[in-house]
Amino acid sequence: MTLQQRIEEALCSAVRTLPAQCEALIRKTCDEERSTAGHSVLSAIVRNIDMASSSTLPLCQDCGMFLCFVEVGRDSRADVGRLEDIIIDACRRAAHRAYYRSSVVAEPVYDRVNTGDNLPPVIHWEVVDGDCIRISFLLKGFGSENCSSVRMIRPTDGEEGVVGAVLDMVRAAGGKPCPPMFLGVGIGGTMDKAAVLSKKALLREAASRHPDERYARLEERLLDEVNRLGIGPGGLGGDHTCLSVCIETYPTHIAGLPVALSVNCWAERKAVIEVIGGEVW
Amino acid sequence: MVRLHLPYDEGDLDRLEVGEEVLIDGVLHVGRDQVHRRLCDMIARGEEPPFDFTGHGIYYMGPSPAPQGHVIGAAGPTTSARMDPYSPTLVAHGLRLMVGKGPRSREVVDACRIHHGAYLYAYGGCGALYSSLIRSVRTVAFPELGPEALLELHVVDFPAICMIDSRGRVYGSK
Ligand code: SF4
Repeated sequence: MTLQQRIEEALCSAVRTLPAQCEALIRKTCDEERSTAGHSVLSAIVRNIDMASSSTLPLCQDCGMFLCFVEVGRDSRADVGRLEDIIIDACRRAAHRAYYRSSVVAEPVYDRVNTGDNLPPVIHWEVVDGDCIRISFLLKGFGSENCSSVRMIRPTDGEEGVVGAVLDMVRAAGGKPCPPMFLGVGIGGTMDKAAVLSKKALLREAASRHPDERYARLEERLLDEVNRLGIGPGGLGGDHTCLSVCIETYPTHIAGLPVALSVNCWAERKAVIEVIGGEVW
Repeated sequence: MVRLHLPYDEGDLDRLEVGEEVLIDGVLHVGRDQVHRRLCDMIARGEEPPFDFTGHGIYYMGPSPAPQGHVIGAAGPTTSARMDPYSPTLVAHGLRLMVGKGPRSREVVDACRIHHGAYLYAYGGCGALYSSLIRSVRTVAFPELGPEALLELHVVDFPAICMIDSRGRVYGSK
């Protein structure tokens, strides 16, 4: 298979099936939820997951906007210009073949004319060590994306400030992002860097822990405190508002502490394609 | 769990209780942002709406394309709050049943109480599930709106939960 075909296949399946870890978390939560309405919501989600994976139907009619992260090994011989063409082409073909809804408009304020093919994708490029290329996708639905945001808190606000900011943003989201949700938190850098980190945090395996123990504990604390808000599945109240919190960090300025939250719905659709050795064609 | 057959008979909506699971059978209309704006414009101009509102409900949804062998693609609810500016007018003119996801404005709650309307929550994101419960699709008006056109569905065992009942009671509030 060419790289383009591999990406296309991954995107065709991502719109219909969740990563195994996400699906397992949802099923477990469904067994454990004590609120009646919350349990009904989770049972419907489980039925929906089964339905989509055994048919040609997408999980959700909002198949999202293609959000793509490309990590290029500095020792790979990748031709990034060609790589970008391959990625965009694969998105176009997958959107058509897997019956994505066209949800992208060409211009945001005035005309808002649909591009008709769910393009363009949003692509972030990063140079990393090694000779591999790693292409990761999030199919980002906008019911949840509309709840994502950034807070610039004081450098002295510390852990309590971070927790307060995240809880505030989740409270404002309420039932809108189709909970139970997956949360990505980006801390540090500049405003834009924090936002990008929050998306990279969503790309980590759900419920995996940060290598720094302090952040690992903060992830657990946030998960616990968000769940105690009681928003519940579908926003109808219950034990499970959030399934996973992942944090990514970066050095920041002495005068600042950016905190970004990316909210994803239960339909956390992802794909990862790795090119070992960086040989693209 | 109660069953609601559409078109409903006078008094059927009054039997729905807030928090109750509802299974819908029958004819369900579909419209979102643009359809709402157009229906309200028609009412303001004194024109006849493109379908008789009596006994009917409107589902806020914009489907994905239908794969081969399916009558419709994924067909889960969209966020209802965007219809809030229009819904009170439509409820007052007889389109008294609404289906979508998320909370509604005070004005929508008042409209339900005054005109005996109801708002049901459909399971957010469950596009494949709802697609499988739709037997047929017909475009009623505004085909130029593409996936936002005014549709008429025939649904079977379509699950929802009553969020606002005809007495103006709201799920989750004391
Ligand atoms: S928030 Fe997610 S699950 Fe809900 S409608 Fe949007 S894409 Fe679908």
